[in-house]
Amino acid sequence: MTSYQELIFKLKQYWSDRGCVIQEPYDLEVGAGTMAPETFLRVLGPEPYRVAYVQPSRRPADGRYGDNPNRLYKHQQLQVILKPSPADVIEQYLGSLEAIGIDLRKHDLKFEEDNWESPTLGAWGVGWQVMLDGLEITQFTYFQQCGGIDLELIPAELTYGLERLAAFLQVRDSVYDIEWTPGVRYAAVRYLDELQYSVYNFELADVPTLWQLFEIHEREAQRLIDRYPRAPETAAAAKRRYPLLPAYDHVLKCSHLFNTLDARGAISVTERVGVIGRVRKLALGLAQAWMHQQEAAAAL
Amino acid sequence: MSLPFLLEIGTEEIPDWMIPGALEHLRSLFLELLERQGLAGENVGVDATPRRLVLRAAGLPERQADAEELVLGPPQAAPPAAVEGFARKQGVAAAALTVQQTPKGAYWGYRKKTPGRPARAILAEALPGLILRISFPKTMVWTGKNGPRFIRPIRWLLALLGDEVVPFEVGGVRSGNRTQGHRRLGRPDLEVTCASYEAVLRANAVCLPAGERRAKIRAEAEALGAVVDPGLLETLVYLTECPTAIRGDFDPAYLTLPREVLVTVMKHHQKYFAVERDGGLAPHFVAVMNAAADPEGLVKRGNERVLRARFNDARFFWETDQKKPLAARLPDLGHVTFQAKLGSYLEKTGRLMELARALGGDSHAVRAAELCKCDLTTELVKEFTELQGVIGGLYARAQGEPEEVAQAIYEHYRPLSMEDAIPATRAGQVVALADKVDTLRGCFAIGLAPTGSRDPFALRRAAQGVVRILVEGKLSLPVRELAGGNAELADFLRDRIRYYFREVRGFRYDEVNAALAAGWDDLPDLEARLVALQAVRPTENFEPLAASFKRIQNILKQAQFAEPLPIDPGLLEAGPEAELFADYERVRAAARGLGYRAALETIASLRPRVDAFFAKVLVNTPDPDVRRNRLSLLRSILTEFSTIADFSEIVTNF
Repeated sequence: MTSYQELIFKLKQYWSDRGCVIQEPYDLEVGAGTMAPETFLRVLGPEPYRVAYVQPSRRPADGRYGDNPNRLYKHQQLQVILKPSPADVIEQYLGSLEAIGIDLRKHDLKFEEDNWESPTLGAWGVGWQVMLDGLEITQFTYFQQCGGIDLELIPAELTYGLERLAAFLQVRDSVYDIEWTPGVRYAAVRYLDELQYSVYNFELADVPTLWQLFEIHEREAQRLIDRYPRAPETAAAAKRRYPLLPAYDHVLKCSHLFNTLDARGAISVTERVGVIGRVRKLALGLAQAWMHQQEAAAAL
Repeated sequence: MSLPFLLEIGTEEIPDWMIPGALEHLRSLFLELLERQGLAGENVGVDATPRRLVLRAAGLPERQADAEELVLGPPQAAPPAAVEGFARKQGVAAAALTVQQTPKGAYWGYRKKTPGRPARAILAEALPGLILRISFPKTMVWTGKNGPRFIRPIRWLLALLGDEVVPFEVGGVRSGNRTQGHRRLGRPDLEVTCASYEAVLRANAVCLPAGERRAKIRAEAEALGAVVDPGLLETLVYLTECPTAIRGDFDPAYLTLPREVLVTVMKHHQKYFAVERDGGLAPHFVAVMNAAADPEGLVKRGNERVLRARFNDARFFWETDQKKPLAARLPDLGHVTFQAKLGSYLEKTGRLMELARALGGDSHAVRAAELCKCDLTTELVKEFTELQGVIGGLYARAQGEPEEVAQAIYEHYRPLSMEDAIPATRAGQVVALADKVDTLRGCFAIGLAPTGSRDPFALRRAAQGVVRILVEGKLSLPVRELAGGNAELADFLRDRIRYYFREVRGFRYDEVNAALAAGWDDLPDLEARLVALQAVRPTENFEPLAASFKRIQNILKQAQFAEPLPIDPGLLEAGPEAELFADYERVRAAARGLGYRAALETIASLRPRVDAFFAKVLVNTPDPDVRRNRLSLLRSILTEFSTIADFSEIVTNF
């Protein structure tokens, strides 16, 4: 039986063999692997890039106190970016399923239309959810736009739901019964995490404090974006050293605080649109500055 | 020699619902191309699987027919230098010119022959543009920002005219004589000919004809006891290259969940057919694989596990939701926005209750109006938004609300489409009307009326629902009042009324215009008038009378005669005029109290007298009093007999 961590090793090895940089997870709270700078910023601009990483993805509203066998506050994604997407990208993807021990001749696989859009990131793409015996195991997206910018090279993004895949491979009805490594269940590693964050996100998070934090991070992100030295007379080296990556961290903080406030029921539907707009404004502003910075740095 | 043609656009998986439209468009683009290029071609057929759009034709010529055109040069009498010059320009010796007799005289001319181009060259030139012109609701780029746009990446192109490849390129892919089999069960690189193509695909687990896949899925699913939903069937036809149905089972304990929830999970979320037994759901489902067989039962087991997890979720939500009854959720609606400028659902609820009362709803209808939006705050509706209303109804029943209330909540979103029935109960009809009328009034008041094809609030559907509920529910509520004094909304509703009777009910457009012109505030009454009009129309006297009415209307318009005076019998001329008046009085008395159909038949019996009047009597007589009296008679006839329908709207051949 393939353990949870072996599954991860195998996928990383597979994509490493195909020229991907194997990155470690981004060390801030994100809602999806797409938000990590290795995707959000790397897909911008003309530089080819291939990367794969596991990204723990936090979705406060999906928490179920560790009670629900299929829903998690924090699940892990294996994120693969192939920029530009090779012509045999689907064949490569199918190869990765074989590599983790799925005999595709014995299973049913369908590509069902599922277009992806993230209003907060100003990003969208077209693609599919890949269904294996009726189970969605991967989100496959050809990015078209990110940070409101039309992409020059079209990346393929593969997002594997690791818990689902492991439960499938190990024939488990509950993610908590997945064998992480022989003798250790998923529950032993993650249950308390799920329980305590559900309590915090749904019951104890202090709404005024979260709003304050949101505003602090928003202010800091905006301050940095506004001060980016765009002027043509600024030296390229001065542009290159300007801290846009730290600015992006503050954008990610805002996004996560928004998700927590939302789970806490602190954002009405009307407000929602407005708050999403605030985060989006930061993401778009940052993406623009980043593109500018990349062009300046390329001249060095 | 005539040649077969085969084009296969090999792509990554195209969204199922876009395929039929794309095929139709491909076919018409190809036919246009043949026509434009003067190429013959027969049996132009299209077919598709998720990974290939295919067009085949027979009888293409190897080349276009040669064309010959006559180019005229200088007159016969022109100096030799000019004749030489003309010949040079045509690229021939002067000896090749002939003298042509024209109406203007004799001229030197040259019969220029243009050989027809090879069909293969024409196709090679035209196909890239043709392929990229196939329209899809949403397209993408895959080779880079300025690359070609298509629905999904094009990965191979197969193009054969006879035995030869039609050479071209799209997005870096060159056409050839190769195709691909099923992703997992076939080989990826297959050489084919026009003749072998379909058989090679079949040997590689691809069933190309959609019709065959459809028949296979239907037959297998039915044999396994499935209720074959036509929409889902179409989805599955274009989601598979090698469909096979299998049956799976679930724990009968889940059958305690409402059927609606179970079916939604199976059909919408998992694309399974439900299985029925004795009129109820059986603890089975039918899934359609894109594979030939499931010998080890792995696919069955996998699907069963997914469904179990889904049903578990649904049960968890159902049980959680029960902890807070609908009525206790009312205050929560204050936090759910209906529309930014129209306030929350709590405010909408207040309006709905008021409207339900104003529309004559009983206490059940008013209670249903109060609770009908509360399910928006439940977990189950957040998960299955398509079940809003239905879930509310089920919860109301489980929580002991009267059956009439539960039923009205359950069906208050109906009709959801033209095919969907209106609510069955009066309370349901009232709440459904209130909901739609409130949305329409609100959106029109803040300038959100639909424009062109943009209708984000589905106001056309709401208005169509209002019309259908009024007509089919036999509710005589004044339409203009429902519009709340908004003239734009009243016009919008009138358009939907016209659409409904014409397109849905199939009345002729002039009949609808005629009946509408006599009033459209009471829709059941309008329907009754239309039915009568349709029945009487084919009778002998009707259309000639309608023609006469139009003539009367024109006469009155020309005379600018609007207000009739009382008719003075003393001024009537003996003969046809006096007889028409007597007949008018007779018909007026006779028609009173009759049903619409009998009344129309009676009115039609006026025809001989009207005809005789127009044959013998001059309306514009010199005596002003007689003339005015005569016009008054005509005006009275028109007014009196136009309350069922305005006959002058009827298009006649007379």
